[in-house]
Amino acid sequence: MAINSIEAQPDVQALSQQGVHVTSLESLYNWGRSNSLWPLQFGLACCAIEMIAATMARHDMARFGAEVFRPSPRQADLMIVAGTVTKKMAPMVVRLYNQMPEPKYVIAMGACAISGGPFRDGYNVLKGIDRYIPVDVFIPGCPPRPEAMLDGVIQLQEKIRGQKLTGPHRARHADKSVRGDYPVPEYAGGDLSPPYNPEIWSPPPVPESSAEDESDSET
Amino acid sequence: MNPPVSDWPTRSADLSDDGILEISMGPQHPSTHGVFRMNVKLDGETVVWLKPVFGYLHRNHEKLAEKMSYLGSMPYTDRLDYFSSLSNNWAYALSVEKLTGIEVPERAEYLRVLLAELTRLQNHSAFLGFLLGDMGAWGSALMYAFRERDLILDLFESLTGSRMMCNYMRFGGCRCDLPEGWLGQARKVVDGFPAFLDEMEQLLVGNEILVARTQGVGVLAGADAINAGLTGPMLRASGVDYDIRKVDHYGIYDRFDFRVPLGEHGDTYDRFMIRLLEMRESLKILDAVLRDLPEGPILDPKSKSRGLRPPVGEAYTRVEAPKGELGFYLISDKSPEPYRYRVRPPSLINLTLLEDMCLGSKIADVMVILGSIDIVLGEVDR
Amino acid sequence: MLPLEDIRTQIMEALPGAACEIVPNPGPSGQDSLLVDSASVLDVARFLRDDERHQFDYCSNTSGVDWLDQKVSETVKVAGTDAEGQANEVEETLERVIPGYLEAVYHLYSVALSVGPLVLRVRTGNRSEDVEIPSLTPLWRSCEFQEREIFDLYGIRFSGHPDLRRLLMWDTFEGHPMRRDYQAPDETLAFASANGKEDAS
Repeated sequence: MAINSIEAQPDVQALSQQGVHVTSLESLYNWGRSNSLWPLQFGLACCAIEMIAATMARHDMARFGAEVFRPSPRQADLMIVAGTVTKKMAPMVVRLYNQMPEPKYVIAMGACAISGGPFRDGYNVLKGIDRYIPVDVFIPGCPPRPEAMLDGVIQLQEKIRGQKLTGPHRARHADKSVRGDYPVPEYAGGDLSPPYNPEIWSPPPVPESSAEDESDSET
Repeated sequence: MNPPVSDWPTRSADLSDDGILEISMGPQHPSTHGVFRMNVKLDGETVVWLKPVFGYLHRNHEKLAEKMSYLGSMPYTDRLDYFSSLSNNWAYALSVEKLTGIEVPERAEYLRVLLAELTRLQNHSAFLGFLLGDMGAWGSALMYAFRERDLILDLFESLTGSRMMCNYMRFGGCRCDLPEGWLGQARKVVDGFPAFLDEMEQLLVGNEILVARTQGVGVLAGADAINAGLTGPMLRASGVDYDIRKVDHYGIYDRFDFRVPLGEHGDTYDRFMIRLLEMRESLKILDAVLRDLPEGPILDPKSKSRGLRPPVGEAYTRVEAPKGELGFYLISDKSPEPYRYRVRPPSLINLTLLEDMCLGSKIADVMVILGSIDIVLGEVDR
Repeated sequence: MLPLEDIRTQIMEALPGAACEIVPNPGPSGQDSLLVDSASVLDVARFLRDDERHQFDYCSNTSGVDWLDQKVSETVKVAGTDAEGQANEVEETLERVIPGYLEAVYHLYSVALSVGPLVLRVRTGNRSEDVEIPSLTPLWRSCEFQEREIFDLYGIRFSGHPDLRRLLMWDTFEGHPMRRDYQAPDETLAFASANGKEDAS
């Protein structure tokens, strides 16, 4: 529960000890949503195996409500991008994201999904899925342990519980003026076109002090 | 941004006049073992044409290796067949050792066999789980399989520091020696494994649904399999007696007494049974290794992993990885980076006859056949 | 397996017009290769596969290799005359280019006789327009995907391949990425230009 939520107020807590629970519709709605996240069955590479291990008997993601992995994006509300996103696969990932109904969330699991990871220098590797779709939680690791995966899901649950439905900072799905789908990149001659979506990702700024050394600091 | 919904073109199924339906299965699919895509043409439910599409996980491993030192590529070999990282490590180390002539001490050879066979056990367990999942058993067998697999991964983690990406072999031996108590724990795991195999056999081998869905499905003749370069359990299920551990005599496999199970019919059921039987043979090898493991160094003190500059030349070596024949072809020009680094991927070549095996079957059989080939996309696409 | 010289002798006996020579392997592995030219490679490969003594029925690995043009500069002493008309020796630096080529390397094994590997090499004429060599897929089906991959990543065209198209990259991709001189799209350009600075590279 958030610190300033209704449930934290002392007179409400006194009531709940008597069996009368007072809450807000928003808390109830977010509580229900966060405890029944349905991930999309979408493993790309090695991280997918740790994602599967997180759902198996030892680590058991079912405790957190995220057990039901849906094969179809139409029925899922969480896309765990587990593994390297290659440029050949990137349009599919964005298309799948577009097909998911709102409210939807993305977890970028593993170093490859965050920024390209160990394969960053490859000609076919997309340097992070956040170039095309908004990511809610990043789980670092190569591969992240199943416990790290569970931690990421818990972080997402906390984020969902804190989402507002009204007001200027409301969640994207509560705002009818914002679209929840993003343009799908196309295959061009040597790269994707566009190489990134400028509305959600921009290249990191070049630090001022290294401006003179740019010619010999190319990586 | 996307055009408004009313402008999106309606996509009707590509139904030509003679009623052939073309569908694309994957790359996001619950049963394609990763980002694998198949374009399939169906006449009703029967497959009349099938073309696989690769490259969705092409991570440029070979190109990256040309810019890195020989040792720097070792962690990348973990990520080829990400289930069996230790086998991949061994194949690469073997190739560099052939390129340079480095020798491996006795204890390291035993450790390599020990870890490779443990890898085979956990890979084949996962295979059982995934095959049953492809058939619709929805994760029950996978739960059992991963329960055992997690015990073996615990062993890997306490030895190498990582459950999956072990990065353990070095050129001339192994990275670090066994911690205290590891052998006892390994002995416990190996002793408890036959009970798991008995349980799986009891539940699965005579299972009516499994038998109906796998017997006679995806039949492959031995001569076709050899010509198409199929290796590993796929080849042996078609009756061809070719196990690289016995043929190439690499490592110290000659010292162990194990049989090579062969199939008779070359169908999916044979491929499934072969892997169960191979697990039992691996347990025999593990028994012997745990009994006979000698003391000694695990890395030749004169061997050099960092800054290795092999002499000019080339080498091709192969190992019997759980999925088939994993080969590494290296060309050296005396620089710290390989001139050419090539991985011979068993999963890709095992898919050569996918279309031939699936023609005439129903669409549901395609998933079972694909599951029985046991592919891993990290290896197919590299 | 028979020594490579004996295999070559048997090939020359069976196919007198074949052009094949042995490329020695200087390293410790001892895996010498048989270099065959593209006109005779199909016949040589068929002989290796079908002949009783060899029975190389399994092609394990097919790799592409890119050998770039090599600039070699040699300093030679050339006889000449100096300013006073007397004979002397002058040092001249000659630069010549050894043209590069693309290569397909096949590793053959025999399952029937449990021998191998026999390394077979085929080279293209150069790296630009003369890049066609015969495909060995009609003989060994295992070459099908691997030759497609070499076409995709190196650009060697295999004539006689049943389905020659890109394997790993998308169909409209331009370029052959595994070539040693391939330039990947420079994504650092995005950083420099996005921040309003001049492209420094």
